[in-house]
Amino acid sequence: MQRYLARRLLLLIPTLLLASVLIFAIIALAPGDPARMMLGSQATPEEIEVERERLGLNQPIPVRYAIWLTDVAKLNLGVSQSNRRPVAALIGDALPYTLRLALISLGVAMLIGFPLGILAALNANRRLDAIVTAINSLGLAMPAFWLGLLLILLFSVELKWLPASGMGEPNRPLYERLHYLIMPVATIAFSNLSVFSRYVRSAMIDVLSADYVRTARAKGLAEQAVVVRHALRNAMIPVVTIVGIQFGRLLGGAVVTESVFAYPGIGRLVINSIANRDYPVVQATLMLVVLIFLITNIIVDASYAYLDPRVKLERGR
Amino acid sequence: MTAGGPGDPSIGVAASATSTSAVTTSAEPGRAAGPVGSPILGTARRLTRNRKGIVGVGFLALLLAVAIFGRFLVPYDPNEVHVTDQLAPPSSTYWLGTDELGRDVFSRLITAAWPAMQAGVLAVSLAGLVGSLTGLAAGYFGGWLDAVIGRVWDTLLAFPAIFLAIGIVTILGPGQFSGVLAIAIINMPVSSRLVRAVTVSARSTDYVEAARTLGCSDWRVMTAHILPNCIAPLIVQLAIAVPEAILVEATLSFLGLGAPLPAPTWGNMLGSAQTYLARSWTYALFPGFAITLTVIGLNFLADALQDALDPRRIRAGSATA
Repeated sequence: MQRYLARRLLLLIPTLLLASVLIFAIIALAPGDPARMMLGSQATPEEIEVERERLGLNQPIPVRYAIWLTDVAKLNLGVSQSNRRPVAALIGDALPYTLRLALISLGVAMLIGFPLGILAALNANRRLDAIVTAINSLGLAMPAFWLGLLLILLFSVELKWLPASGMGEPNRPLYERLHYLIMPVATIAFSNLSVFSRYVRSAMIDVLSADYVRTARAKGLAEQAVVVRHALRNAMIPVVTIVGIQFGRLLGGAVVTESVFAYPGIGRLVINSIANRDYPVVQATLMLVVLIFLITNIIVDASYAYLDPRVKLERGR
Repeated sequence: MTAGGPGDPSIGVAASATSTSAVTTSAEPGRAAGPVGSPILGTARRLTRNRKGIVGVGFLALLLAVAIFGRFLVPYDPNEVHVTDQLAPPSSTYWLGTDELGRDVFSRLITAAWPAMQAGVLAVSLAGLVGSLTGLAAGYFGGWLDAVIGRVWDTLLAFPAIFLAIGIVTILGPGQFSGVLAIAIINMPVSSRLVRAVTVSARSTDYVEAARTLGCSDWRVMTAHILPNCIAPLIVQLAIAVPEAILVEATLSFLGLGAPLPAPTWGNMLGSAQTYLARSWTYALFPGFAITLTVIGLNFLADALQDALDPRRIRAGSATA
């Protein structure tokens, strides 16, 4: 296991390097001049030239890439061009919000999605199954931003129960601001619980027809014991994968949901800084998103092998 | 997005059972019922045998009709501004109400079916085409070509799809074309890997060996003998990708990165509806319905295609992951 992890972490480096080239290319090739964006339309060509010099934009692209990469390797992420704050501080502010949203949403999604999937599997091809399947297809088809808008419409505009956006005053204690989380969490949880319940359902159906479940039933175990101890435990193995993958995605920021609710997380930071041509922020956050995504993938693969001894890691690619 | 990844090599073996019959393309209708009949007719028959398939096919036909002809039949020009009727509720004049400029929401909704279908069908076909070519080449020739192609897809897969799409659109500048290209690119790695996996397992079969011995060119072996094996799993994978692509397009245009205004898309309609939520609740309702219904209908079709084309599913017919 340790050798496997070491190898995977080592393989992370070339992938990250290639990703960094792509990220840098996105920035270097994007239209618009950041110097002009920073100074506004009033600036004279001379001022813009000076600013370009200061930002290092006059150097050839490979040189700029090399400089940026060395800076990133030294964890020197630079300064935001739109508000002059260090990029690391901006990310440091946004990351806890995203982490909180991801953890709570996934928790809620698992709490609802797992039982739904198990219920559907135990009642396969009956009415209850059909209802769960209908909920799932809705959850997978509704765009998050539409669900978000509908929630805002109901709970903010009509009933005036919940704030439509933001996360409240940052210096208030968190427990006084928890109600800001309700709608973003509901939005993310709904689509994820559909994913989870679909996976749990199909994994349970597979497992329930396995020989060891038949044996457990044949030796007279109570149905509950069969379901919980024999079926569920094994059905969880493939489900771990999908939970991990969804978690990795969410940690990179739920771009759409964060935008709809003006939630101050990583996803909104990326979108806003792209809109402002704030390239140091875009570069750093994208690198972070990729890093998190890749690391969660490794953890998922490793835990998969840990849970299912039949999976051999050393040879797998 | 996870389906057909590198951990799913069995797909190729299972799929070859259906597609070896691809040699007999012109069968009389009577023979289509048998296992050796036309694969297209056979698939169509299996597709329409379950309810999901009928709903899915019917929905696709309706959607294509709306996307292609709807633009010419709408009651108003989708960009016609009615200054006195801003954010009007649904009425007999404006069936689904009007937007913030007094434009007819129904006309815009119907017109927006075209960019949505472009994003779905065009982008995914492009992904399928590039994916097949690169996957075939990587799987058939192996070696450094395989390594390079694999590396490229690894890099793209290192990004969560929506971030990659946003990044590509940033390079190309917002617009319908960049959106289509971005959606195509985020779908290429999965198609390519799928085709590569099937190609690798087909490469060592006797009939491929025989074709090579008979002097077929690499191109002919790839297209005539290996590619038919890939078609069934590829179609399933692309069918799953179409509704996802439509969601991504809606997301991009919701974020203001899609087709430029005033051209209507379902996503940018919802984007501006958000600003006027307090003044018109119907405006935020209908474009969302359009997206959701489209995606549900196309998901039905994808499910049914999966059942019809995957021999492992014809037997089980239950577990869908």
